[in-house]
Amino acid sequence: MCHSFYFGGGDIMRSKTKTKSKKITIGMRVSIVGIIVFAALFAGCIGDNDIKTLTVAGSTTVLPINQECARLMMDTNPGLKISVSGGGSGHGIKSVGAGEINIGAASRDIKSEEMETYPDLKAVGVGKDSVAIVVNRANSINGLTMDEVSKIFAGEITNWKEVGGEDSKIRVLTREDGSGTREVFEKYVLKPSLRDISKEASVKPSNGEVRATVKTDDKSIGYLSLGYVDTSIKALGIDGVEATVENVLAGNYPIVRTLYLVTNGEPDKLESEFIDFVLSNDGQGVVEEMGYISVK
Amino acid sequence: MNKVNVEWVIEKLLFISAISSSFIVFFIIIFMLHEGIPALAIGWDFFFGMDWSPSNNQFGIFPIVVSTFVVGIGSLLIAAFIGIPAAVYLAEFSPRWVHSIVKPCVEMLVGIPSIVLGFFGLMVLIPLIRDSLGGWGECILAGWIILAIMTLPHVISISEDSIRAVPKGFKEASVALGATELQTIRKVILPNARSGILASLILGMGNAIGETMAVLMVIGNPNIPWIPSSILEPVSVLTSVIVIGINYAVWGSMHQHALFAIGIVLFAIVAILNAITTTVIRKGVSR
Repeated sequence: MCHSFYFGGGDIMRSKTKTKSKKITIGMRVSIVGIIVFAALFAGCIGDNDIKTLTVAGSTTVLPINQECARLMMDTNPGLKISVSGGGSGHGIKSVGAGEINIGAASRDIKSEEMETYPDLKAVGVGKDSVAIVVNRANSINGLTMDEVSKIFAGEITNWKEVGGEDSKIRVLTREDGSGTREVFEKYVLKPSLRDISKEASVKPSNGEVRATVKTDDKSIGYLSLGYVDTSIKALGIDGVEATVENVLAGNYPIVRTLYLVTNGEPDKLESEFIDFVLSNDGQGVVEEMGYISVK
Repeated sequence: MNKVNVEWVIEKLLFISAISSSFIVFFIIIFMLHEGIPALAIGWDFFFGMDWSPSNNQFGIFPIVVSTFVVGIGSLLIAAFIGIPAAVYLAEFSPRWVHSIVKPCVEMLVGIPSIVLGFFGLMVLIPLIRDSLGGWGECILAGWIILAIMTLPHVISISEDSIRAVPKGFKEASVALGATELQTIRKVILPNARSGILASLILGMGNAIGETMAVLMVIGNPNIPWIPSSILEPVSVLTSVIVIGINYAVWGSMHQHALFAIGIVLFAIVAILNAITTTVIRKGVSR
């Protein structure tokens, strides 16, 4: 085939070869530029090794404290980069145990099976918190007894009029299985009366989503970390005691829990710097500012 | 000699590219099986158990599987009910200017990220259902509508293509024999485009069942799912159970194994639907 085209197509053949060689040179140029850029980036990384990074993840309850403390620490240390994310207590404990992050945040105690998998975990209490029962602002009810709360969440009371409200069905919101907030809520509200959370309760995967749903649905009831309670919703009193920091501190409000920062083994220098900052006066100021209770 | 070497190298590179995707699939299947087998080994209580309550060590997925099919099939019926007539219109009746407006809009629908659709559902659809039909708003119906919106463009595009692929001669012959346009569509065009339309529907259902974010936001996710008896009841689907549970499952626990086992079930369902699609298309071609 090549033969029959050879005489007539000599020029074409030559010009084809030419373009080919040109292409190669372009390709080579691109790759040389690429190598230089890559090398420069790489050198940049090596050159900047005085930037220290710290990763913190876990409980959405502890998240606001960590975010604010990280911001304050980074403001005073320009060479420090702290990345903070949520994911839940279980995620925080698992990730720190597996060495994926530096510090895990948990809003519940470490479980025995987690201790078995990661025997070196060390937890430091950095704050105290409570769980508030919240309803829509339009709801006429201001308080319930502990018994009523557990019956509502167990699905035994299904209409607001049974507890003195309007005649409408109650929509129960819960967090997912394994959430620190849910575990604390179950421990104080449902377990004493041997009840379980109703089948029909809607699962919301974070404190923020429970709050958003309560805000928009006037028939709903949910539970939130005390730090997430704000004026867009209404926190109910339990047995006549308001859900406030003062009442939790005085031991009048029935639900209390400790918030932890968890490291795998003894914290290294940078990790202990962060934990010490959260425990310092400034850090504990943040804890109080976010609506939680300081450990001091 | 040199040229032969280059060709040999390039051919091998192409070969590596070609088999890498098979390797990835293979690797993922091995990984999922490895993680999921302890839960699959539960057997009957896993596949046909009625209660999904990880803290009580109950991992029954039957109501979740049923809900997944209810949500998938329902959304597909809505998409078919709107999509097939739309495809017929676009292929057979639409004037050029209508086609040039509608087609790009349909294609744009594909580009809407699922999280945006979910957000739309949460903010607009759910309050609307809650106020007009009762219930909590987060329910099967909301899932149907959101998923139908997501499947619709695929159904319309593939159906339209397969209607257009019916040879012009068939239609001309039918009209020449005195059939009206509608009779031609019903008796000649739709039967001949059937395999393509069916394929688009099954493919759409595979997508709908695998869809996660948008569905998660609108279907309600009850604490312990049950087999729904009304379209206004909240449900959990396979994908939403995985997403909600994965961050909270203690690593290495049965809860985590069960989530991977759900992944295997989901993978199997979608793979079967894809296989059916391929068979339907092949049958249509060989016929």
